[in-house]
Amino acid sequence: MADTKTGIGASVRRKEDLRFITGKGNYTDDINLKHQTYAYFLRSPHAHATIKSINSGKAMKMPGVVAIYVGEDLVNDKIGGLICGWGITSKNGEGMKAGPHPVLAVGKVRYVGDHVAMIVAETREQAYAAAGAVVVSYGVLPHVVDAAKAMTSKVQIHEAASDNRVFNWGLGNEESTAAAFKNAAHVTKLDIINNRVAPNAMEPRAAIGSYDTGSDIHTLYTTSQNPHLARLVISAFNGLTAEHKLRVIAPDVGGGFGSKIFIYAEEVACAWASKKIGGRPVKWTADRSEAFLSDAHGRDHVTKAELAVDANGKITGLRVHTIAAMGAYLSTFASAVPTYLYGTLLSGQYNIPNVYAEVDAVYTNTAPVDAYRGAGRPEATFVVERLVETAARELKIDPAEFRRQNFITSFPHQTPVIMCYDTGDYAAALDKALEMSDYKNFASRRAASAKNGKLRGVGFSAYIEACGIAPSAAVGSLGAGVGLWESAEVRVNPIGTVEVLTGSHSHGQGHETTFAQQVSDRLGIDIDSVSIVHGDTDKVQMGMGTYGSRSGAVGQHAISKALDKIEAKAKRVAAAVMEAAVADVEFKNGTFTVKGTDKKLTFGEVALNAYTGHKFNTSEIEIGLKETAFHDPANFVFPAGVHICEVEVDMDTGHTTIADYTAVDDFGNLINPMIVEGQVQGGVAQGIGQALLEGVVYDDESGQLLTGSYMDYNMPRAGNMPHIGNFRLGFTCTPCPTNPLGMKGCGEAGAIAAPPAVINAITDAIGVREISMPATPLTVWSAMQPLKMAAE
Amino acid sequence: MENFNYHRPATTTAAVAMMKKGKDAKYMGGGHTLLPTMKQGLAAPSDIIDLTAIKNFAGIKVSKSMVSIKAGTTHMEVCTSKDIQKAIPALAEMAGKIGGVHVRHKGTIGGSIANADPAADYPSACLGLGATIETNKRKIEADKFFTGMFETALKSGEIITAVHFPIPKKSAHQKFPNPASRYALTGVFMSQDAKGKVRVGVTGAAPYAFRATDMEAALSKDFSAKAIASVKVSAKGLLSDMHATSAYRAHLISVLAGRAVGLAK
Amino acid sequence: MSIVKMKLNGKVVSGEVEARHLLVEFIREHQGLTGTHVGCDTSQCGTCVVHINGKAIKSCTVLAVACEGSDVTTVEGLARGSDLHVMQAAFKEHHGLQCGFCTPGMIMSAIDIVKRNGKNVSEDVIRRELSGNICRCTGYHNIVKAVQAGAAAM
Repeated sequence: MADTKTGIGASVRRKEDLRFITGKGNYTDDINLKHQTYAYFLRSPHAHATIKSINSGKAMKMPGVVAIYVGEDLVNDKIGGLICGWGITSKNGEGMKAGPHPVLAVGKVRYVGDHVAMIVAETREQAYAAAGAVVVSYGVLPHVVDAAKAMTSKVQIHEAASDNRVFNWGLGNEESTAAAFKNAAHVTKLDIINNRVAPNAMEPRAAIGSYDTGSDIHTLYTTSQNPHLARLVISAFNGLTAEHKLRVIAPDVGGGFGSKIFIYAEEVACAWASKKIGGRPVKWTADRSEAFLSDAHGRDHVTKAELAVDANGKITGLRVHTIAAMGAYLSTFASAVPTYLYGTLLSGQYNIPNVYAEVDAVYTNTAPVDAYRGAGRPEATFVVERLVETAARELKIDPAEFRRQNFITSFPHQTPVIMCYDTGDYAAALDKALEMSDYKNFASRRAASAKNGKLRGVGFSAYIEACGIAPSAAVGSLGAGVGLWESAEVRVNPIGTVEVLTGSHSHGQGHETTFAQQVSDRLGIDIDSVSIVHGDTDKVQMGMGTYGSRSGAVGQHAISKALDKIEAKAKRVAAAVMEAAVADVEFKNGTFTVKGTDKKLTFGEVALNAYTGHKFNTSEIEIGLKETAFHDPANFVFPAGVHICEVEVDMDTGHTTIADYTAVDDFGNLINPMIVEGQVQGGVAQGIGQALLEGVVYDDESGQLLTGSYMDYNMPRAGNMPHIGNFRLGFTCTPCPTNPLGMKGCGEAGAIAAPPAVINAITDAIGVREISMPATPLTVWSAMQPLKMAAE
Repeated sequence: MENFNYHRPATTTAAVAMMKKGKDAKYMGGGHTLLPTMKQGLAAPSDIIDLTAIKNFAGIKVSKSMVSIKAGTTHMEVCTSKDIQKAIPALAEMAGKIGGVHVRHKGTIGGSIANADPAADYPSACLGLGATIETNKRKIEADKFFTGMFETALKSGEIITAVHFPIPKKSAHQKFPNPASRYALTGVFMSQDAKGKVRVGVTGAAPYAFRATDMEAALSKDFSAKAIASVKVSAKGLLSDMHATSAYRAHLISVLAGRAVGLAK
Repeated sequence: MSIVKMKLNGKVVSGEVEARHLLVEFIREHQGLTGTHVGCDTSQCGTCVVHINGKAIKSCTVLAVACEGSDVTTVEGLARGSDLHVMQAAFKEHHGLQCGFCTPGMIMSAIDIVKRNGKNVSEDVIRRELSGNICRCTGYHNIVKAVQAGAAAM
């Protein structure tokens, strides 16, 4: 290790922080280009309607209006619709029934907030004012917003899907699972709703399209987690222009949580419109109300789940039928979420010989649903951990012990649902969590709470996730339209400083620090001599972006590979300079030495030599020290852990507080424990948010979004989180065998683990079997009423 | 938001004159209700008359029997006033629970009361303490002031100038916030005067703040949680939405009132 | 349109604004100080918090014209040259930020909290008084730690 203060394993303070704490961050809305115009999107006020006519004549004459566009304008310009990049095949062999997804609506609107027209004007106010003068005549149609009702509804959202069903997909062995249930000594059944949530990155989405008439090049500044993917899709599928004529820049991005993976209508429209108006930039920034209406939401599953247990308390089968809402259109990765990111994790941490999942994905007249922190894996974990906890209670076995006796204990372990877990030690995490949470004294804490009029409960969640997304051939065989590798370029400058260009965009994860730690550690140079470059397709050669906890396991692996090449090349240069055989050159702590001699060169000296070319034959060794690498992972990685939550419920009001929370996670090796802890804390907050506070509500009758602002959508605040002294984090470590740094990914764990831990604790506290999320005071109080009546 | 004419008068007389002139003018105190409403496109006044520059429009005076708060006084000034903390601690506490810190720095008592949001906190204190609302024209008893959802006894152009709260023997405030907006899902402000007469003001639960008169009667006889345990609060006429049903709100009134009795000081 | 003049980060500035222009628009668009953010349209998220005459205020809910003659400080006005304000330094030291978008508003609110509650402000008070600042990344854990540390250093 080069420097224990800045190398791998050190809690290095973040290099990126200075600009953020001094107000010098550079987010998309902070960028203003010369002669820019402003776009406003007129949105559908109806959940489902035909567009009979759009009259923008009066609006065009309003002050400052530059242009007004409707869906047909893009179609006439041969701009294609938005795509879903993952094809799912139904059980009966049929393909996915995908309806059209035009950039701006053509003929029909399908949810409140759907894009009807784009108004471009000199100022934001003028664009907004003109939007009010666009006259749209709608033919209002009946709608369906509830996933559970979509398949039986008479409403048809897309012609392609007569029963609104996009696919009916199955995974696992249906017959053997049925047999397991037939032979079970005990069956636990639950009806589970995984509530729809709104992503709410604090920075609303924004885009600036800028077309250069001289070079015929489009530049798009956008709030994206994966600018290269945006370039690929906008170029190859929307057909805006060829890839080499489109530059996508994702500067500082204020949080993503999945919602900024996807390619949205507004960014395509701004990029396109700039050329239409002769090259003036077109800027759009969402306000929060628009974000609630149009950002892709997360979750929204309705599930019937069952667990089969034999007479010895061994789980023998798990079966689910899930209806997954897709919203009105298939967003970029929507179809992958309730299938390959969900069904494949239904074995949890348990040795379950028979698993069968059947999923109906349905259109609803709502905003699209796509990946949100965890994406499919939180839904799977919620099903498994609610079932396991409930079964343990029904069987009167301690929930911790019931889990332990069903844990997978030998690795690699092939589950019945595709995944092959590489390594892990689930009992170690459980033991540590039990110890840290002082589980054995829970009863006395429960008694103390009761004295204060509070019902205390404890809940477990033993989660697993498949991260490091993903081996390209594997996902290709399952329907992915792209490979999920990552790329890196390491540029060593003549004086030995280093730039790393990575496809792993950073929008809060701290890559500028952790990636620099990796490079500093490997090359033995000062961490301040390393800079990390990301977020610009003109700078970074290629990339697949940041999601699915992949930046460490895949992104940093690509950097490792490039560093291998750098080291190999540098050794050749060093050998030539020191007049030694390459095989005799060793590199350690930033110094090249020749075995058995006292000859040595620092990394900087070798770099300088590589660029001067004075001391080697440049026809044998190429000038320079710059290497690129692509890395495609060999397997997913499998972070896992045990979270234990204790809640206190106010008997009178149903108000629930998180009294205590313990998270023990196995992420393999940690690069920067401080950042890892921050990821867990933030993830747990989102999980607690989903469990206790957050829920997107559409009105059945009107199809309107009722939770369209922070007045009604309950975001976690500082007061909703456990106290500092009641929120404990611990780690166990089984290093990942498929990447050189032995790491597994930590970004999503908290959001995956927390919801079942919280709900298991509440059901324990108030003594009910089921409670829906979010467990608001009203929900918890309502659940307690029958119990109170029974007691009285 | 739509544009408007902005005025910043130095006297109430000037403010009233501007109100008369404007086509659809609105007074503005801290602006923390009006501006968000305008941003959402739910209001588009022709003129905004900013009252915050009026001379002598803010200030707190505490006498032996009365806490008088001028209309332009911010929630932060009320909650941090040592005099109010001593005279009517529950009033200071209540002001300290309005919105967040930033709202308390800007929001004013006059603005809050004039706006009469069904979920605002001040109306419960006005009713629970039997306050008198003074305007540029007259004095109005709190009991006659709140007349409907966002409706008050104020006449067109009338400006609240001060609110006078009689100092009770004991008082308490309990708020159960809406989990999202943090407005009062239900709030109860209770006081007992020197003669033992109890007032219970309730906000958040109904279209506008009201007095829980059955509870008042029971508590005036016996100021104990037991006394109101048997007082049934009807859910009829109470608000119902995704955050709370009317039955839940009715239940919260009982719970909060019961707690207030125990905490009154 | 009218001219508004105020002190911004110690310097007198003026600009032409419409009555409807909010202080945050004046700061971001007229003055080019983009450290103050906009994260919602209902006055709740707190990413726009600045100090007006020493008090933490949501600049999205104040008219620019109403700030005539005011003394406004934004996050850009906290550091003295390269010397960070202790609260800024505390946020870095305690990893009180991730994406950085809520951070300027958090820091401005934190300073106000400490000014009113003193060095030994309790965890409960910090949590309660941060109710008007929303963060989606950190779970607030390290923000609360940072505010405590910043308070001790202030």
